[in-house]
Amino acid sequence: MGRRLEDFRRMLGAEPRRPEPGDYSPGARQIHDTKRLKKSDFDALKQVAVKHRANKRWRRRRWTTLIVVNLLFVLSYWLDVQLVEGSLSGSRFLGFHMIDVNAALQLMLAHKHLITNLLIGTATIALVWGVLGGRSFCSWVCPYHLLAEWAEKLHLLLAAKKIVKDHPLHRGLRVVLWALFAVLAYGTGYTVYETISPTGILSRAMIYGPGVVLLWIFALLAFEVLYSRRAWCRYMCPVGLTYGVVGTVSPVKVSYDLSKCFHEQDCRKVCLVPHVLDTVVKGRAVTEIVDIGNDCTRCGLCVDTCPSGALHFTITGVTKRRTGE
Amino acid sequence: MSEPVNNGGKPAPAPGGKRQQEERRKFLRAAVVGTGVVGFSLAGFLPVLEDDHGRRLRPPGALDEKDFLAACIKCGQCVQVCPVEAIHPADLWDGFGVGVPFIDPRKQACDFACDVGQCILACPTGALEYRKPAFLAVRPGAQLPAPPVLLAKENDPNPTLQFKERMGVARLDRPDACLSVLGKGVKGPARGESFRGLKRYTDVDRWNPVRVREHPYDLERCDLCVRECPIKGAISIQADDTGRLTPTVHAECVGCGVCQMMCPVEPAAIVVDARGTWGGA
Repeated sequence: MGRRLEDFRRMLGAEPRRPEPGDYSPGARQIHDTKRLKKSDFDALKQVAVKHRANKRWRRRRWTTLIVVNLLFVLSYWLDVQLVEGSLSGSRFLGFHMIDVNAALQLMLAHKHLITNLLIGTATIALVWGVLGGRSFCSWVCPYHLLAEWAEKLHLLLAAKKIVKDHPLHRGLRVVLWALFAVLAYGTGYTVYETISPTGILSRAMIYGPGVVLLWIFALLAFEVLYSRRAWCRYMCPVGLTYGVVGTVSPVKVSYDLSKCFHEQDCRKVCLVPHVLDTVVKGRAVTEIVDIGNDCTRCGLCVDTCPSGALHFTITGVTKRRTGE
Repeated sequence: MSEPVNNGGKPAPAPGGKRQQEERRKFLRAAVVGTGVVGFSLAGFLPVLEDDHGRRLRPPGALDEKDFLAACIKCGQCVQVCPVEAIHPADLWDGFGVGVPFIDPRKQACDFACDVGQCILACPTGALEYRKPAFLAVRPGAQLPAPPVLLAKENDPNPTLQFKERMGVARLDRPDACLSVLGKGVKGPARGESFRGLKRYTDVDRWNPVRVREHPYDLERCDLCVRECPIKGAISIQADDTGRLTPTVHAECVGCGVCQMMCPVEPAAIVVDARGTWGGA
């Protein structure tokens, strides 16, 4: 329970808390002790352990999924096959209502009235992402995420050449924006956030054709390339926070194996939300296996990147656990 | 046993002052950027404030403008089901109305080629409704006197459309330009060869709309607004006091805009006032 709370605290923008001495499980303590060797011994241990080679397997799967899902929306309208009608904010998949949870929240606050179809669609989507891990929506479906990943590459390239520099923002901003947009929807009676939602704008642009409103997307991407790495997804997007909450109890997650980790932190360098990987810092993991928290987008970049295979996807109740909590 | 220590990985801890300074910078940047984002989103208020009553013709069954903007989830399912592709999502200039569906009747009016209001059936949030929920008031003059009879299905067991309120009202805007008033006829396609608009002609094909340009006319005196009106009793040609034959709109008008689309004069002599009410402004 304590860890769940800590995950939430972190998702809401707090800095990760360092564990107290009493927090460690005996197993974890033992592994941490093993690692306090002479450097030469540690390196020797590493040589034996390193089996996992960095690859792009999960990224390939994810990009394919993201493109296929969005293409399904586009093609089912263009070719009139009526498989998924609508766009990411609301659709019918083979006739079943699907409503984006954040958009539904905005709408109910603005309209102050509940519609049965809306509730059914929202519940369906909440269930889907509750199982698949809330923020999986971000990295596996949201079209802005893909564009932002490419913008991030450009940013890193320019940063390596010292042309641009990353300016981190306070992560609490996302919570403030979430609350502000909720208040604005209720107060003004308009779905204010939907006006600027990159998810909705991009989804509609692909299906119904581009518009001037795409300038907002370009502005966001330019901001991320030139000033602040992955700023929208990291510090601002209220949709990410909503889905983070939805996926809190999801059985699908990335799991960390302390015994295989050599604390090189390559994972944190590629991660969209490095605060969820605080546990990989040497001395922080309180159990031998640590599940990564609810702000994780399950993008799998860390799984691909880890040189020693310490991170992997698990499904609680399906994947066999090596050790207990 | 001693506690695990944190000696690797992280760069050496910065002196307290510097770290605090960076935290302060993060906070300030977040404040500035956050203000910018909220400010930009609120700029969407401007186009809405400019015209509170709605200048846009909305699809049939739309709630009143403010409720409609609140209830629409901008998914475009109504756009997808329309057989004549009359419905489009709005762009940035509509502010809070971005992504919200509208109809430009001069380019492509809703002629109810779907027979029932498919867009109303498709809407997942109740922004388009046959019947408004009880807690929303009906504006005076927006209520139709009776369920509108769709001429295309006049012989069906139920010939009516199920919605209760009009989208707007047609109005003869420029009687001096009206071909009927002037006693002029129409030969060839109503809107020229390049017009891409679609319309259902029941005598050609009950279910598939065709291009208006593929359906030429040869009329001695233009009566297209009456001839092509899809609703029974919504408009007729009446002689006015001076004996001029003038298209006259009746209370049955639902405001679909077919008359505006079909009017051969440029700009159209007859127009639809979006959200217009019967006997009102």
